[in-house]
Amino acid sequence: MEELFNLSIKKQIEGLKTKKYSCEELLNSYYTRIESINSKINCYITIEDLDSLKKDAKESDKRYLNNSALPLEGIPIAHKDIFCTEGLLTTCGSRMLNNFIPPYSSTVVENFKTAGAISLGKTNMDEFAMGSSNETSFYGDVKNPWDLECVPGGSSGGSAACVAASLASASTGTDTGGSIRQPASLCGITGIKPTYGRVSRYGMIAFASSLDQGGVLAKSAEDAALMLEIMSGYDPKDSTSLNVDVPNFALEAQNDLKDIKIGLPIEFFEKDIPQHVQNSIDEAIKVLEKLGAKFQKISLPNVDLGIAAYYVIAPAECSANLSRYDGVKFGYRCENPKDLDDLYSRTREDGFGYEVKKRILTGTYVLSAGYYDAYYLKAQKCRQLIANDFKEVFKEVDMILSPTAPDTAFKIGSKSKDPLSMYLEDIFTIPANLAGLPGISFPCGNNQGLPIGLQLIGNHLQESSILSVAQNFQLETNWHLERPNIK
Amino acid sequence: MSIKDKDLEEIAHLARIGINPSLFPELKKDLENILNLVEEMNKVDTGKIDPMSHPLDISQPLRKDEVSEENERDKLQKNAPLTKSGLFLVPKVIDATE
Repeated sequence: MEELFNLSIKKQIEGLKTKKYSCEELLNSYYTRIESINSKINCYITIEDLDSLKKDAKESDKRYLNNSALPLEGIPIAHKDIFCTEGLLTTCGSRMLNNFIPPYSSTVVENFKTAGAISLGKTNMDEFAMGSSNETSFYGDVKNPWDLECVPGGSSGGSAACVAASLASASTGTDTGGSIRQPASLCGITGIKPTYGRVSRYGMIAFASSLDQGGVLAKSAEDAALMLEIMSGYDPKDSTSLNVDVPNFALEAQNDLKDIKIGLPIEFFEKDIPQHVQNSIDEAIKVLEKLGAKFQKISLPNVDLGIAAYYVIAPAECSANLSRYDGVKFGYRCENPKDLDDLYSRTREDGFGYEVKKRILTGTYVLSAGYYDAYYLKAQKCRQLIANDFKEVFKEVDMILSPTAPDTAFKIGSKSKDPLSMYLEDIFTIPANLAGLPGISFPCGNNQGLPIGLQLIGNHLQESSILSVAQNFQLETNWHLERPNIK
Repeated sequence: MSIKDKDLEEIAHLARIGINPSLFPELKKDLENILNLVEEMNKVDTGKIDPMSHPLDISQPLRKDEVSEENERDKLQKNAPLTKSGLFLVPKVIDATE
């Protein structure tokens, strides 16, 4: 029999329903694997206590026995350590929150609990979600399961690595500039960032509030659809939450691709894309054409402003959001402060890592007196131009296809001395955040043992159509079924 | 765009982040690089464009001005570094002798 931890969520639910195995056995399958492999990959910051997990699994088994099982009953998942969990350490990858036990849970965590899922633990991440390699975490680098010398991507690097290594059935993540899609690409799994406002941000630790959006990292589009449906929905506790119906994503993802029109942005394909990435994308396009999708070239004339606008907007919003970490109400406080100013500045000097300080300082600079119009206002105007480009293009096509990341996973340490090359990791993913659009990444190839990812960007609220293209592709190909051999 | 020591000291003060002087050269270079990167924005004319207020062109809902949260002071203060009788403690701000 195939190992339980390798099965899709849909198969696991079938197995539990037909009593082939119990929730407790499924839990043990993951827990044993975590105990033997997590130390190599470092994808979990906190692992739940086994006794309490077993208690949850027994409750789930009871509900299967009396036919009252919930939609994700007994499925072991992981949460990015950015989602507050009542009573369980939530660090956001930072020393600043090294001792933070949230007094409440995020809506996302509650939604999964209500759906019967079991949370195995909290996954490692770049500090406050700032980074594309998971190297800024206070809790150590996460290793890519495909090559332990490579990064898993970031900021949801722990979430991506834990799903790729089968240390959870699926994981939650967040995406401010590519933080779900880029690590999904580098780890060979499927990751979806829905429309801005689809998933509640309540209890999700804020980085850049107008860009942050929760989403899913899973082994397939089918699993991602199941997870996203549980995660989504209107939440009065989040003022930017969208009050719209949540579709049956799993059902709609089964739609065929006839009449689907996909745009290929010339601005993206003019970039210096390595041949192996280009070849894999070309092959994927052929597969999708065979399934009925039509392709055409399109233009997003202002999309190259994306990185520039992002590196004003995200730091500006982060400098405001992170002002709450002052050593007074919660989190780290420096030793022996001599006065209030010393308390603030030393707490923040010791509590934040270099990347976070750099972004707060950048944000403070662009928002400081005399600079607001030249930077923040200008960036919000550029952002509008980019959103207008997408609006025009979606009159002609249903979605846009591109590589997810410029290349496959890179070696740990290879980009940390050149921060700008790290920022370019998100060149294809940032535009969707700026325009609030849904985006998905899924594997479409492999180069020297490292996965290559493909991105689709859909129109607002059209998660179902990008999921259906991914799912149809995965019915025809086996890239999503490849598993790393962890040495 | 060049950042001087004085500029960095000023924004570090505004952000209330202490910075070890040994980090100044690297930070100045990194900030300059970011500011040069964002210069790209000046290539386009945005004179007639309204800045984005919401990615989905919608306005934020308002709720009734009613109390919706219970007072959970003791629960919330469990995370505070230092409290006394329900108050957050910080170093003395006003010196009584002055």
